[in-house]
Amino acid sequence: MAIDKETIKHVAHLARIDLQPNELDKLSANLQDILGFIDKLSSLDVEKVSPTSHILPISNVLREDEPRTSLTPEKALENAPSKKGSFFSVPKVIE
Amino acid sequence: MIYETVIGLEVHLQLNTKTKAFCGCSTDFGKPPNSNVCPVCLGFPGSLPVYNRQALNSAIKLALAFNCRIQEHTKFDRKNYFYPDLPKNYQISQYDLPLSRNGYLDIFTNGSPKRIGITRIHLEEDAGKLIHEDAVSLVDFNRTGIPLMEIVSEPDLSHPQEAFDYLTNLKNIIEYLDISDCDMEKGSLRCDANISLRPAGVKELGVKTELKNMNSFKGVKDALTFEVERQTKILEAKETMVQETRLWDVEQGITVTMRTKEGAKDYRYFPDPDLTVFVIGKELIEPVKATLPELPYDKMQRLMKTYALTEYDAKILVASKKDAEFAEVCMQEYPGKDKKEIANWLIGPLMAEANLRKEQLHTLKLDRKELINLIGFVQRQEISHLSAKTVLTQMLDTGKSAQALIKEGNLEQISNTDALAQVIETVINENAKSVGDFKAGKVNALMYLVGQVMKKSSGKANPKVVGDLIKQRLS
Repeated sequence: MAIDKETIKHVAHLARIDLQPNELDKLSANLQDILGFIDKLSSLDVEKVSPTSHILPISNVLREDEPRTSLTPEKALENAPSKKGSFFSVPKVIE
Repeated sequence: MIYETVIGLEVHLQLNTKTKAFCGCSTDFGKPPNSNVCPVCLGFPGSLPVYNRQALNSAIKLALAFNCRIQEHTKFDRKNYFYPDLPKNYQISQYDLPLSRNGYLDIFTNGSPKRIGITRIHLEEDAGKLIHEDAVSLVDFNRTGIPLMEIVSEPDLSHPQEAFDYLTNLKNIIEYLDISDCDMEKGSLRCDANISLRPAGVKELGVKTELKNMNSFKGVKDALTFEVERQTKILEAKETMVQETRLWDVEQGITVTMRTKEGAKDYRYFPDPDLTVFVIGKELIEPVKATLPELPYDKMQRLMKTYALTEYDAKILVASKKDAEFAEVCMQEYPGKDKKEIANWLIGPLMAEANLRKEQLHTLKLDRKELINLIGFVQRQEISHLSAKTVLTQMLDTGKSAQALIKEGNLEQISNTDALAQVIETVINENAKSVGDFKAGKVNALMYLVGQVMKKSSGKANPKVVGDLIKQRLS
């Protein structure tokens, strides 16, 4: 898979990372190498292996529907970069 | 050209569990902002989600009620996107292995049954609530992580009214299952719609519009009705339909384009490594199956069969599970053979009283035996139907027995011909025109004259006897 600049820009945008023009070339090459390395896996024959979505052999882990104490609004907002009353405050977004 | 409408609906349903999907925070509505939150639902690093057993049971219940195939293997995936109401920057949802697929819902629409396919029902979690101010947006994460179900229908609906009926039926079933409040105003039930048109007889689907922002079933119907017109105009003018998301503007009664950044939708789903897979076997399904109540559609058909009710009557009764149960006990206890006699009272006068009092049939303070007694008086022609309705109102107001109220109000019906003859004479003298009309063959004139006699006798005259007497007198 060829990683061009547009792909890098798209991925950077999805991750909300601001890249400088000179970083685009460098990262294109890096990502190309990484994907090439991972691509080695496709040489394996996995015909008889079922897909794994979880690495531990456990399933059906559930909890009972019993309320537990929540944080207080003060505690919850302690690390908030910006707050108003007991709300988190963010730059205005309307989609 | 004739166009065919194709509609599919996506319903999001909040489950009424006590706690959130992946943590023990309460789901109580209307709590102070950010008071039902913890490290898990706030997405703090190192916190681990664990799914709610009750939510899974409710989900299985829903899937069974919608005749879905429950998948043996199911898992949670992360749907990645940035938005301030989503603290983890991903929503836990299900992608390629949803809980269930391939179900259906039988609905009554336009007087006949129709089967609507259910593509899938899957588990996910709700996002937080945003309040927009002039310069900033405020975030309340109390709703974040409340368990949601997404119910996706096949594009089997072919009219806005059908979509409305589908939603009414869906809500009815969910109320029977008792797994959600189904309150659109509180946001516990939300609905988006996909709609496209195609020339009648053509197989391929047309370009679709996704509709959002409807906050009532009527809103869904109105938005769809508007879209049918809008899309018809575009197609008739041979213009090109654009696939887009449109928002319903309830004030103006129109849909408007929702501008989105191009290519923004790239959710990069992948299995959530924090949550284990689920194997849904018999041991999870069977106990839930055992708790499934009789569902509205089945109840309706059984009531029609067992008590010889019409489809219309049965449909009214099953609209509320508890009312249907109340009505059924009434019909069982009613000694008469024709259960329609008491059913008419339940659906007619009693339902009207309940609406007036902002109650339901089963919440009215009414002894079933007294209702049956009252109907007995009418059946034996001891009081008129009209008087009985008054007595019913008084029974609900005072809690007194039918017999006592009939006595108090001196309401025994007058069937005695001598007693009625005098009143009839007066009415005939006072209404020469109607008498003439009747003699000229107008049946309605007789109804009018009987009405006048009823009025003069304060509703106590037996209308059938009065009718016969007037006919005799004027023949």
